[in-house]
Amino acid sequence: MTRVETLASATEAPGIIKMSGVRYTWPGPRGFCLAVDDFAMMPGERLLLVGPSGSGKSTLLCLLTGIVRPEKGVLDVLGADIAKLSNAARDRFRAEHIGIIFQMFNLLPYGSVIDNVVLPLSFAAARKSRAAKSSSAEDEARRLLASLGLAASDYEGAPASSLSVGQQQRVAAARALIGRPEIIVADEPTSALDRDRQQAFLDLLFSEVEAAGTTLIMVSHDEGLGTRFDRVLRLDTIARANRNGGAT
Amino acid sequence: MIIARLALQSLRNRAATALLTVLAIAVSVMLLLGVEKVRLGARQSFADTISGTDLVVGARSGAIQLLLYSVFRIGNATNNVTWKSYQDIASRPEVDWIVPLSLGDSHQGFRVLGTTPDYFKHYKYRHGQPLRFAAGGPFDDLFDVVLGSDVAAKLGYEIGSRIVVAHGTGRVSFVEHEDKPFRVSGILAKTGTPVDGTLHVSLEAIEAIHIDWQNGMPVAGQTVSAADVRKMTLTPRAITAAMVGLKSKLSTFKLQRQISEYSAEPLSAIMPGVALQELWGLVGTAETALSVVSAMVVATALLGMVTTILTTLNERRREMAILRSVGARPATILGLLATEAVFLTLAGVVFGALLLYTSLIFLKPTIDRLYGLQLSIEAPTAGEFLTLAAVVLAGLLSGLIPAFRAYRLSVADGMTVRT
Repeated sequence: MTRVETLASATEAPGIIKMSGVRYTWPGPRGFCLAVDDFAMMPGERLLLVGPSGSGKSTLLCLLTGIVRPEKGVLDVLGADIAKLSNAARDRFRAEHIGIIFQMFNLLPYGSVIDNVVLPLSFAAARKSRAAKSSSAEDEARRLLASLGLAASDYEGAPASSLSVGQQQRVAAARALIGRPEIIVADEPTSALDRDRQQAFLDLLFSEVEAAGTTLIMVSHDEGLGTRFDRVLRLDTIARANRNGGAT
Repeated sequence: MIIARLALQSLRNRAATALLTVLAIAVSVMLLLGVEKVRLGARQSFADTISGTDLVVGARSGAIQLLLYSVFRIGNATNNVTWKSYQDIASRPEVDWIVPLSLGDSHQGFRVLGTTPDYFKHYKYRHGQPLRFAAGGPFDDLFDVVLGSDVAAKLGYEIGSRIVVAHGTGRVSFVEHEDKPFRVSGILAKTGTPVDGTLHVSLEAIEAIHIDWQNGMPVAGQTVSAADVRKMTLTPRAITAAMVGLKSKLSTFKLQRQISEYSAEPLSAIMPGVALQELWGLVGTAETALSVVSAMVVATALLGMVTTILTTLNERRREMAILRSVGARPATILGLLATEAVFLTLAGVVFGALLLYTSLIFLKPTIDRLYGLQLSIEAPTAGEFLTLAAVVLAGLLSGLIPAFRAYRLSVADGMTVRT
């Protein structure tokens, strides 16, 4: 009895992301449409979302991160229905609670590495105070970079563009992680890296995510990465995509 | 702070195009301010031409025409003032001094003015400055001539040079008073007024060279030699105009009205300042045209800036997507681009002003020498600051064009660059 109850309350209560009946169409004549009927994630869960290109991965991430607002449905992130938030409030929400890593070109190429890492903090007060709790935000950035395998000598005094692609991805990870946002969203962060570097990058990312108890959602077309995740989900099992805006 | 620093670094990353944009705006701003300076300088040297003279009296005509032919030596008088009327006015109790002006002859395109030595005492320019002699002194002998500085400089005359005056005011003259040459007795210092282009002789001299003429031609067989003419009475029959100084400014209007109502012959009396204003009103259209042209140049430079920012926008969509992903609002991106435009314009304005003042400092003596234009090197006036502020505002407004485009792109792109 108690066991069932625990399970029931687990599905009920602390879901960090809950989507139901969400639908979004990109503006424009060839409006791509995505519909997600039911999708949820637990806190601290590490999820790999797999799907071929064009299956709506980017659109799903845009919805989750509040870049776009669903036309209908409930999009609950950290207990807030961000579908009901204003544009500005969603931008603030993203800055405070979500760290994002892109496939590539993550950094402002002319900026310093440290500036790139602390960049989100200028939009997120709570994250900033968390990052600067023990020392300064810049020191926290250096600590994160060090634990991601980047020594100060690798990046001091040079613009971010002078780093190798693998190093740049680690800087991007540090930027996503700084100030401990609750959710990390990674959009094929390893696809620009070769096999060895992929593994090394994921090792570093996972150890940081585990240490902070962060929820991680990563999309990829590579199912081979799945073994390291708590759950692997094919995108077409939760979402329907339609090129001409005709999804139902 | 970081955003501002990154924006600056982004600009530095595009330093070459940014510098060219700033330069284009700077040159246009320099032109805008420069035209304003030249305009004010021209207006000032116009207004500075005559000072301290209360009334100019001539045959009845419009105020501008009288001013033009008497003071600026442009055009010709419609009619003369008889010597009797001149003496009549001179004897009025309100009159402090009166200087006759007799025009009609020329020398190599420069006007010859017949007058009295009082002219050198009473003619004042630029806030009451008197004429100064660079060499020699006023005419003493009947055939002495005093040269304006431009006349001496352009024709290479010195004290003692001999000059033949031509009849009429055309640049090329066929009838010359060659039997009665003049000797240069003095050369005036540069004034930046029409005085510089004038040859001054005595009223008697004007009378003397015309004594054997009738209807604009020498009368055949009736030549009077230069030696003979000295023995004759050379009271002028008529003069062209007269400058009048009054004992009290209060009587200006009264005397002006009396002269206008003078019964013996139709006369006009004008206040030089009022006529100058009237004349400037006419020239104002050309001024406006100049200002419009330079404003157009500024607009072109700003359009250039808009184009440059717009063309870099596509490369910078990635930059904007990153900013959006870390929580920047589309409005922040709009602000960033608008700030960039304002920054570029501001830099252009400051640089352009510096450019203008530097070239003014170096070119002022040359401009003064070549064109007689006194350009003032003063701190920008309130009006000029207003103009500069308007340029910056225009920079902001035109910067909104790429800014709104970036805004729309960043809304449509979201986190990924859509093409």
